[in-house]
Amino acid sequence: MTLIAVVKEECETCRLIVPVLAHLQSALGLEIHAQDNPDFPKSLQVTDDTELKYSWQQRIETVPTLIRLDDAGNELERTFGWDRAAWESMTSEKLDFELPAFRPGCGSMTQDPGMPEKLAARYDMEKLQARQLTIASEEDEMEACFDRGWSDGLPVVPPTPERVMRMLTGTHRDPAEVIGVVPPDLIPCTIEKVAINAVLAGCKPEYLPVVITAVEAALQDEFCMHGLLATTYYSGPMVIVNGPLGRAIGMNSRGNALGQGNRANATIGRALQLVIRNVGGGKPGGVDRSVFGNPGKYTFCFAEDETNSCWESLAVEKGFTGEDSTVTLFAADGLQGIVDQKSREPDSLCRSFAAGLRVAGHPKMVLASDAILVVSPEHERVFRLAGWSKQQVKDQIMELLMIPGEELVRGAGGIAEGLPEQFRDKTLPKFREGGFNIVRAGGSAGMFSAIIAGWGASGSTGSTPVTRRIALT
Amino acid sequence: MTTFMDPTSERDPGSRQPLPRPTDLSGKTVGLLDISKPRGDVFIDRLEDLLVQKGLKTRRYKKPTFTRVAPVELKQQIAEECDAVIESLAD
Repeated sequence: MTLIAVVKEECETCRLIVPVLAHLQSALGLEIHAQDNPDFPKSLQVTDDTELKYSWQQRIETVPTLIRLDDAGNELERTFGWDRAAWESMTSEKLDFELPAFRPGCGSMTQDPGMPEKLAARYDMEKLQARQLTIASEEDEMEACFDRGWSDGLPVVPPTPERVMRMLTGTHRDPAEVIGVVPPDLIPCTIEKVAINAVLAGCKPEYLPVVITAVEAALQDEFCMHGLLATTYYSGPMVIVNGPLGRAIGMNSRGNALGQGNRANATIGRALQLVIRNVGGGKPGGVDRSVFGNPGKYTFCFAEDETNSCWESLAVEKGFTGEDSTVTLFAADGLQGIVDQKSREPDSLCRSFAAGLRVAGHPKMVLASDAILVVSPEHERVFRLAGWSKQQVKDQIMELLMIPGEELVRGAGGIAEGLPEQFRDKTLPKFREGGFNIVRAGGSAGMFSAIIAGWGASGSTGSTPVTRRIALT
Repeated sequence: MTTFMDPTSERDPGSRQPLPRPTDLSGKTVGLLDISKPRGDVFIDRLEDLLVQKGLKTRRYKKPTFTRVAPVELKQQIAEECDAVIESLAD
């Protein structure tokens, strides 16, 4: 049997139990590891752990900690702080030193702020595989990241081992796990590479499960990330988060939900884009051939506002429960407003929405792009008061967007663009079946909604939206 | 010294790479930058002769003094007007 105590001099309880430590060392050969002063306790045999290697490897969180090992070195039990009954039971010694029966311990120095990631970077680096690059001390860290091409144009957070280790505390998954193959260079992407890019993007560790799931969704074949990257169209991947996790990490689903100012919204969408850029090698001017791009290609990520909504959420529509947290990826263009401050009846408001949706891509373009309509609370109220479900609204808008071929053919309206003449006598839907969806988000004041049209190649031709559950265990 | 974890596919060398060099100068404009060392103009005149003989366009630039790096405006001007630049050191 081996007995081990981990202590620090700064801890009052550790100082209090010095007579106990002395007794156990002489009686049972207690090993003592000191975190702050290798001469504490004085005149006892102490192992210097001021580098905290032993404490880190033993996952010590409190001092004093008493550990009992069997002869093979396997841990049998441990106790924290000073608890006479527990210490007597573990050592089978009478420990009557006129001490109180119980005193709580202090925090281990391994738990000091900033210390866990430092120690992980010092002692756990074998868990990581990414190449380590040495930056000369004269180099500016931020400029070094720009110079190496890691940035989308805005500053990135330098990916030091400490930051990457801290990011990885956000997931239980093995850093070496491959989660998919990233286009255009078709590079296998590990959890570790996602974490490094999440650092660059400015994510907190608690966002990492959302980022990982967004990357996994983007790499599904039906999302068609390669084509979405390579297209001359405007689009890029947009992330919609549903469920409790979005609320827990403080995502914005309300005022300015599609705008700037919320760290989770901003950095999760950006991390996905940086994975495509850095791991996949997808860069503007390279495989990214977009004519314009759109501002959402820096980041486009928001949460659906499920609180007090009369509608089921996008995730529930896709077959998940309200307790599931999900990400939905959509190949999105920018935002087009639809302002209607007068409609108080569902039919009137649906007509406004349909008129706005009609122009997605081109007023004559049908069965090409998908669209997501982001309905504000004041617009949703119109439907709530009338008792309209989300499905009813979708059906009504799809019905209003059944367009006579004579309006769509080439030359109609004096516009050369259009469908071949053979479609003149047909009636065609603006959107493919399942290609039009609704979410609720936005600020509480303002009878505005937002149309987010999609890539002109939707469904099996191009991209199908992908919804995926965020696994937390 | 700082260490970064590589966020990329690690296909490129880890050290910072110079910009890609043109593989062919035909049809390109070549800037000739005299850094203001004595007789730099002699060297650049000869270079210009050779480049023009090959049918290239050239443009001449001069740093105010060889003792300092080129002013930002001069670097921007060269980048806008030329596809490549030859900087001459002579004495």
